[in-house]
Amino acid sequence: METKTSIDWKRVDSIIEKYNRDKESLLMILQDISDMYNYVPPEVIPVLVKKLGVRESLIYSVATFYKTISLKPRGKYILSVCTGTACHVRGAEKIMDALHSELNIAEGETSEDRLFTLLGVRCIGCCASGPVMNVNHDTHGGLDRSSALKLIEEYRQQAS
Amino acid sequence: MTKLINRESLDQLRESLKDRAKLGEKKLISLCAGSGCGAYGTAKVYEKLKEELANHGLTDDIEVKLTGCHGFCEKGPIMVIHPEGIFYPQIKPDFVPEIVEKTLKNGELVKSLIYKDPATKKNITHEHEIPFYKLQQRVIFGSNGLIDPTSIEDYIGAGGYSALSKALFDMKPKAIIDEIKKSGLRGRGGGGFPTGIKWETCARHHGNRYVICNADEGDPGAYMDRSLLEGNPHSVVEGMIIGAIAIGSNEGYVYVRHEYPLAVTNLGKALESARSLGILGKNILGSGFDFDIHISRGGGAFVCGESTALMASLEGKPGRPRAKYVHTVAKGFRDSPSNLNNVETWANVPVIINKGADWYASIGTQHSKGTKIFSLVGKVVNTGLVEVPMGTTLRQIIFDIGGGIPKKKKFKAVQTGGPSGGCIPERFLDLPVDFDELTKVGSIMGSGGMIVMDQDTCMVDVARYFVDFLKDESCGQCNPCREGLKHMLDILTDICQGRGKEGDIEILEEIGAMMQKFALCGLGTSAPNPVLTNILYFRDEYEAHIRDKKCPAGVCKPLFHYEIDPEKCTGCTVCAKKCPKEAVSGEKKKPHAIDQNNCIKCGICYEGCKFDAIKIC
Repeated sequence: METKTSIDWKRVDSIIEKYNRDKESLLMILQDISDMYNYVPPEVIPVLVKKLGVRESLIYSVATFYKTISLKPRGKYILSVCTGTACHVRGAEKIMDALHSELNIAEGETSEDRLFTLLGVRCIGCCASGPVMNVNHDTHGGLDRSSALKLIEEYRQQAS
Repeated sequence: MTKLINRESLDQLRESLKDRAKLGEKKLISLCAGSGCGAYGTAKVYEKLKEELANHGLTDDIEVKLTGCHGFCEKGPIMVIHPEGIFYPQIKPDFVPEIVEKTLKNGELVKSLIYKDPATKKNITHEHEIPFYKLQQRVIFGSNGLIDPTSIEDYIGAGGYSALSKALFDMKPKAIIDEIKKSGLRGRGGGGFPTGIKWETCARHHGNRYVICNADEGDPGAYMDRSLLEGNPHSVVEGMIIGAIAIGSNEGYVYVRHEYPLAVTNLGKALESARSLGILGKNILGSGFDFDIHISRGGGAFVCGESTALMASLEGKPGRPRAKYVHTVAKGFRDSPSNLNNVETWANVPVIINKGADWYASIGTQHSKGTKIFSLVGKVVNTGLVEVPMGTTLRQIIFDIGGGIPKKKKFKAVQTGGPSGGCIPERFLDLPVDFDELTKVGSIMGSGGMIVMDQDTCMVDVARYFVDFLKDESCGQCNPCREGLKHMLDILTDICQGRGKEGDIEILEEIGAMMQKFALCGLGTSAPNPVLTNILYFRDEYEAHIRDKKCPAGVCKPLFHYEIDPEKCTGCTVCAKKCPKEAVSGEKKKPHAIDQNNCIKCGICYEGCKFDAIKIC
């Protein structure tokens, strides 16, 4: 299922320039690239080495240290189920279980159709609306098993 | 925007904004667009409202403002109609036509939409009369529901940046520091260190000093910083500029979570507009003082809330903490003197400068001054953000403001201080909440998360939850934290799955004590707290898991099962219909039974039964 991502080098360049090729902005550059492809394609790393003047090992250590960055391809929709305390006591695990069996993937995995990646994430700060889930940058609150599954269906239809 | 060249031009701008507000006398609809309400669908309500107002030709007469978080997030999306303050909770797009027709055109209330107090069952029309708001003192959070966070004019019109004028033109840096010291303000991020003393120490060190705002809100269950940055970013910016004047800094950073996109956007807009007005950047308000603020987005690492880790992350490195023999006020970011305060701390600064240290210090307890914003969440009726004076009791917060526990369940504990805090049992409900009182009972204030737990919360599972969280978030540099958490998690998982054995509790206590002594950073030394306070107050639950192989709360699946009480079951068939595994059977109007072999213990029948007939055994 691995398909090579075709990279828009112009946009990658403009991201690097937006941060003035600043080494200290490495994490933000990786985040912006990640927002384009839902992961950081390894092909960009040599370019970052050259343009930012940092070691390859630093890029890998930053990319693997921070949870928002993935070096592996992820789905079109990243399902981030909040596992913060408030969501936990209101049943976040049940949402996770429901998605897990619906999509047939474990936490951290991507569905075979490359549509969904399932993540359990730390508190996203919508505690009063818990249990909540982010689908990419959109937040959905007050979920239960059936509304979570309905949401998946909506995104499926959106994609088709 | 024209640059403001001196304090007089800022005052003139403020005056003109006040006049505009008075002359307009427009009806104003404030619609909460904070992340909580947003998750319930504010955007669709806003679209519908704009459309309806246009249909009725009311667009020019009625202003619609998308504001920051109003705090009562449980009831989102929230709409408040000014000047009356009519409060409509849980608004759906379908409700909008009736609101426009009745309330906005004819001045009538839509009775079906008015807030009903769950305690008294009475309708309450106005925002300020609702117990959730009435019992709060919203010094820091009050403007959130009134101003558009993307409009600097709104902030200035409401008196914003007047504290900056005062600090720039009427006060010497030392006088600012003295005022903050005298106010008794302590760090709102968790540590509770006196802010004035931190500033004074940083100002004493030579070099390029940095002023940094910690918006890496990491405690699960706490979101007051998110709401402040989203709803009133200028208050944080103003606080930081005043801090920079006091400390003698020309460059500041806000380190904010990438997972808070709206906070990043609103803060970015705030900085831009402040720059274009000459409130930020070179020669602020013609004073000769230069200061600018940059945004740095964190990448989802809890440990980055720790000061040294945060500064490493700001430098573009992995956020690993270091031992603090040399404090960050001496050598921090870029090896320079760096003053780090939390979002809420910064937002307190303009208030203190404006109203004076004496006024500020009159609020609160002997050693904890001012108000504190708590995020009251979990098993509580009115969830949301609550701002109260320090010293308010847990009972007042949870029961009077929070409305108590839903579904007539029993209160069990309140977790404060996030993963570094602890669970406080019922017998301490009358404890006045401040930095020192919470520490006395083994928890901490932390950044202000308050997660209420009821009879259905398993305390061993809660401890396992926190340790599991911390194990993932440990940076892995030091043995006590990395290995200690791993072993604690193994033991707690065994207990939760029925493999607990005698001696487990004592080993947990021993590992905890070791970590408190020897871990490298604050995250590691405080990591065992949730387990240790939990054992202290809920040892009987641990023993029930280990000795009786029972989870009394019905959370740990291998340690309980559901049964139907034939005396209470009315045979309404609700559980049988809802069960996803068809494990419930029985004739209509006759007691039902659960087939234990098919039951997956999902709890749907337990939650759905209106007759309390499903028992945890």
